[in-house]
Amino acid sequence: MDALRASAVGSVDADVGPRPSDLTLRLGRAGDLPAAAAVLIGPHAMALATVVATDETATPHRDLKVRYIFEPTAPGAPDRFVTLLISVDAARPEVPSLTTAVPAANWHEREMRDLFGIAPVGHPDPRSLVVHDGWPRGVFPLRKHFDGSRRVPVEPADEFPHLVAEGEGVFEIPVGPIHAGIIEPGHFRFTSVGETVLNLDARLFYTHRGLEKRMEGLSPLDAFYIAERICGVCSFAHGMGYCEALEQIAGVRAPPRAQLIRSIALELERLYNHVGDVGNICAGASFHYGTAIGARLKERLQQINERLTGNRFLRGLVIPGGVCLDLPDDLLAVLTATLQDTLAGFDSLIGRIEANPSVVDRLDDTGVLQHQAAVDLAVAGVAARASGVDRDARRDHPHGAFADPDPPDLRVATVSEGDAMARVTVRALEVRESIRLVGEFVRRLEPGLSRVALAEPLPGGRIGISAIESARGEAVHWLRTDAVGRVERYHLRSPSYHNWPAVALAAETAIVPDFPLVNKSFELCYSCTDR
Amino acid sequence: MLGRSLHLRHLDAGSCNACDWELAALLNPVYDVRRLGIDFVASPRHADGVVVTGPVTRNLEAAVRRTFEAIPDPRVVIAVGACAASGGIVGVGYASAGGVDRVLPVDVYIPGCPPRPEAIIFGILVALGRLDARRRPCQG
Ligand code: SF4
Repeated sequence: MDALRASAVGSVDADVGPRPSDLTLRLGRAGDLPAAAAVLIGPHAMALATVVATDETATPHRDLKVRYIFEPTAPGAPDRFVTLLISVDAARPEVPSLTTAVPAANWHEREMRDLFGIAPVGHPDPRSLVVHDGWPRGVFPLRKHFDGSRRVPVEPADEFPHLVAEGEGVFEIPVGPIHAGIIEPGHFRFTSVGETVLNLDARLFYTHRGLEKRMEGLSPLDAFYIAERICGVCSFAHGMGYCEALEQIAGVRAPPRAQLIRSIALELERLYNHVGDVGNICAGASFHYGTAIGARLKERLQQINERLTGNRFLRGLVIPGGVCLDLPDDLLAVLTATLQDTLAGFDSLIGRIEANPSVVDRLDDTGVLQHQAAVDLAVAGVAARASGVDRDARRDHPHGAFADPDPPDLRVATVSEGDAMARVTVRALEVRESIRLVGEFVRRLEPGLSRVALAEPLPGGRIGISAIESARGEAVHWLRTDAVGRVERYHLRSPSYHNWPAVALAAETAIVPDFPLVNKSFELCYSCTDR
Repeated sequence: MLGRSLHLRHLDAGSCNACDWELAALLNPVYDVRRLGIDFVASPRHADGVVVTGPVTRNLEAAVRRTFEAIPDPRVVIAVGACAASGGIVGVGYASAGGVDRVLPVDVYIPGCPPRPEAIIFGILVALGRLDARRRPCQG
């Protein structure tokens, strides 16, 4: 705090919040932001968790606000978010850009320029991010006076200025947005010499659906169903993260039995994803036996999801206040048996991968993400841990059963190589750990309430923040209610949001034919990045 | 009916990816739709129709139209999931046109969020009937 004050020219006011363990620092001058961020990232070893812009021009504040939210990175550091809050003049909406010093801020700043019209002065990339060609200038959909249900005409536009290299023998390879397989849409512009990738410029946000705007004005209990559907494979994690943020606002805690059931489901989501991802990595390496086994094991896990919750993506289990289905003992017995079978099948698959020199050759040294790059970009999840970054939100921001006063221990898997093989190894270790954890959670289950009620209307003007370790890494949820307890603003920073720029870096160490393999080894979401 | 084949192109028009994963599941060893003569192909030029997931986002609308145009006639359009069928949780807004039928002529709607793989297989078989009905006059 003192170091922060020393670094600021203007005033710094500190408040506790949003949670009792958190701190919000109001900077008197927006110009002090880079210095304050440098103190948090340097001496305090924090990383950028998320950036949330809000439009408060219709309130007595008559301004826009931007919150830069940081979190500790040292393993075992206390669970605390530090928010740097600045007020932005609506008549001249500008903030100093952090991107050159804090590369993780890059997309956040471009997003607020597109959606709020807040210009990050000094940002190295002037291109739009979320809104694409033909979006009219000067129209900012996340501003409050913009009617979100309104269709906006498409204006004539030039071709998007992709970043490409030029020179003799340099080729440009455009791929997407519609891909050859059953996968999500994105555009990749490679420049290559022969097989070697010189540069990859990825363009996303094709699946931008305006979901954050869509949730505004709804009852938080209704908006939950949208949060649960932002992303298919993170359905449970995002549903749970939204619920935790909302429960903070409501001042309630889900009962212990519900916390355990949530943690079981969170691990089941990790399991079907990790197992399926390993299968798909085999597809990228042309090892079709592995692809088929991975798909079969994943299918079995999704069938058990359906038996437990009625939905193959675990939707309909978590609900604000707890869980709306209980897990009876006979189902838990089926679950335990299925997981033991899965473990045997998965161990055999990993054994076959490791024993197959041509697969190992494709994976070793392919798509390397350097440790420092992973730190600078605040990369999350498997990709971070495979580059030696020891971060896992289950430990760093305890949630579900890990928030218990006597939490189960969690072995965070890290390796240092940063290549595709390392990302397979981390997944393999995490599959075994998840199966062990589910066993531990089941043992801890005791009869009791599975849900508490949230009274409507919900308290007005409050903020909830949560971080959940989904299968794809840490997701950060930020929710604020308006004066009458409806959703005033919700923002999700998905794990993939910070990881996409890392894929581009890793791809530049690879050859063009290995890109599908590199991409599958990261296995990022488009839908929860784009929202 | 099962003796005939239908080659489909998948088109993600802005889904949450759950509908897409259920399409991918159709190819796994449990559902294995290839045994029914159904397959997913890489190019719209090779397809008899398109399976669309998600509402049509503003950022994909042009690509959705162009993919459809690239499929030879006669062609079927199958809308998979609540978003594709009606806009679902996304609805109509600054970033979304709503259901697929706002942009393409839809033959078969498969409800669900996401629909189970069995429901998608059923819908595709219904579409196969529609395709035959449309082909008959040309063949006759
Ligand atoms: S219908 Fe449901 S599962 Fe399918 S894309 Fe929409 S939200 Fe996702």
